[in-house]
Amino acid sequence: MKTSRLGAWIAVIIGALYFLVPLAATVEFSLKKRRGEYSFDAYAVVLQDPRFLQSFSYSISVAIATIVVGVLIAVPTAYVIRLRLPQLRPFVEFVTLLPLVIPAIVIVFGYLRLYNSSSWLPFTSSARATDLLLVFGYATLALPYMYRSVDTGLRAIDVKTLTEAAESLGASWWTILFRVILPNVRVAVLSGAFLTFAIVIGEFTLASLLNRPAFGPYLQNIGANRAYEPSALAIIAFIVTWACMGLIQVIGRGARGSSAGTR
Amino acid sequence: MSFLDIQEVRKAYGAQLVVHEFNLPIAQGEFVSFLGPSGCGKTTMLRMVAGFETPSAGRIRIGDEDVTHLRPNQRNIGMVFQAYALFPNMTVAQNVAFGLKIAGKPKAEIDARVAEMLGIIKLPQLGARYPYQLSGGQQQRVALARALAPKPKVLLLDEPLSALDAKIRVSLRDEIRSLQRALGITTIFVTHDQEEALSISDRIVVMNEGRIEQVGTPFEVYNFPRTRFVASFVGTLNLLRGKVLDAASGRIEVDGQQIFAGRGIADLKTGEIRSAALRPEAVTLAATSSADRNVMHGTIDEVHFLGAVIRIRVRFKDNLISLDTFNNPNIPPPVRGSAATVSFAREDVMVLEGAEAA
Ligand SMILES: Nc1ncnc2c1ncn2[C@@H]1O[C@H](COP(=O)(O)OP(=O)(O)O)[C@@H](O)[C@H]1O
Ligand SMILES: [Mg+2]
Repeated sequence: MKTSRLGAWIAVIIGALYFLVPLAATVEFSLKKRRGEYSFDAYAVVLQDPRFLQSFSYSISVAIATIVVGVLIAVPTAYVIRLRLPQLRPFVEFVTLLPLVIPAIVIVFGYLRLYNSSSWLPFTSSARATDLLLVFGYATLALPYMYRSVDTGLRAIDVKTLTEAAESLGASWWTILFRVILPNVRVAVLSGAFLTFAIVIGEFTLASLLNRPAFGPYLQNIGANRAYEPSALAIIAFIVTWACMGLIQVIGRGARGSSAGTR
Repeated sequence: MSFLDIQEVRKAYGAQLVVHEFNLPIAQGEFVSFLGPSGCGKTTMLRMVAGFETPSAGRIRIGDEDVTHLRPNQRNIGMVFQAYALFPNMTVAQNVAFGLKIAGKPKAEIDARVAEMLGIIKLPQLGARYPYQLSGGQQQRVALARALAPKPKVLLLDEPLSALDAKIRVSLRDEIRSLQRALGITTIFVTHDQEEALSISDRIVVMNEGRIEQVGTPFEVYNFPRTRFVASFVGTLNLLRGKVLDAASGRIEVDGQQIFAGRGIADLKTGEIRSAALRPEAVTLAATSSADRNVMHGTIDEVHFLGAVIRIRVRFKDNLISLDTFNNPNIPPPVRGSAATVSFAREDVMVLEGAEAA
């Protein structure tokens, strides 16, 4: 009993060190730009670089577009599967897991073959169309997270009876989906959205190979050419990501209180 | 002419026939209950009226309109579910307003109607609450108000009281009935609880294994059950099994004793085995012999003290008769194992349809 408790503690400490030491080292290194003393100089350089702001805001817009596309795909799909086609569930779950198994590089080469400028659908022929392709690509990458959180959210409500109640009151499918189902899986959609956000902000492969000015390639570019700034950037990206996660927690807790009696 | 008409409706899931040849005309403003054990097809039949299931054969008409193939959202029905099914993200008032909003009513009219409905269900103060802040009984009343607010042609309730505790079940039952009377709305009420069906309905449809066993007023169904199933399902009932000695006079031998049956004897055949129904309240624990009464001798098998009433079970050989007597503090109840004589009128012995194997 006592030794197993000790073993558990040792495991936790080793795990924590494994994550925290590189992080602490990165923080420390990012503060060392000025010789002989700690400073935020590297951060100042990064934040003053117009490309930082451009690439970061580009990635944020792409992330928001990806979230919209992801919600529009995942919510109706998960809803219909739950309500009408439960026999397709295992298949759909398998499909939603594929992006975790297939590397992004495979997806992007597939895209480049399918949608190059001499193809039927020349998505890569203009910057705007390539942005669209990037959004769809990200929606695919984020699909496992978005679909699963929406599906979990749907499990918490009585989808079938709520649908029938709304239908008997005259509601159409769109009304049911947007006025009844979506509001009741709001929290699940939000948590899917934040995960999507976190994925899109740091993504490199797709953005780089499609040659879009996203935050991931910018990070890589700085990393290859500078010493202290990449560390500062990594820390900024890390903080933004964790802020997203924290927000999921806060919103999740807030909403749990208000839906306690509906199970 | 009937207002709601179910004509020769059948429903099959694959090879399994869940509802057989269902025929039922329902008058405007009538309160009809579907009564039967779990799995007998009540919900399936109700859902076909609502439009959530499509009949495999037959037609359903509401008013002048054949609704057999209409979507539920075009049928103008109100539906109440066992699980309440209030929209968790909406307040009570928003729930009640939902159908009116869908119908595109102006805001002033919606507000007035919502206030009216909340008054009718006696929850005028709770419009701003969310469903999870209400008790089960309150939630079901809101569900009722939500279903009735758009003035549907038909109200359909699927075991709406089953999730509630006993006391609220009775009071809400009475409320549903008086509301239904006041609005004059044609109503189908599904339940497996015979007491509920008896107390609330204009007419009861007793169902078993997807078939209608009997349709009648509570009085008819309780007092004159047509089949053994109805007799045993509706009310507490004694079933006496015996051999027909004389078909013409209704003379039957039960455990070696001879009795006369007064009803259901038209199709008797001498020599066959039949069952007869006898209500506990028709039996007296005494030998009141007169020409039109049967007398049987047995032993006291069990005595249940229920308060105002004492239920006594008398055993013959294979057959049992339960009877109720009022509690009288001056007369102690009989002792188990002692001899007992019971009597009951010939008219109260009702032979059920169908001969049985010996
Ligand atoms: N969607 C369905 N698919 C297959 N069988 C069903 C379906 N719905 C109901 N049944 C079957 O139909 C029968 C009647 O069910 P139901 O109408 O729910 O009964 P009740 O409401 O009287 O309890 C049951 O045997 C049930 O298993
Ligand atoms: Mg049922």
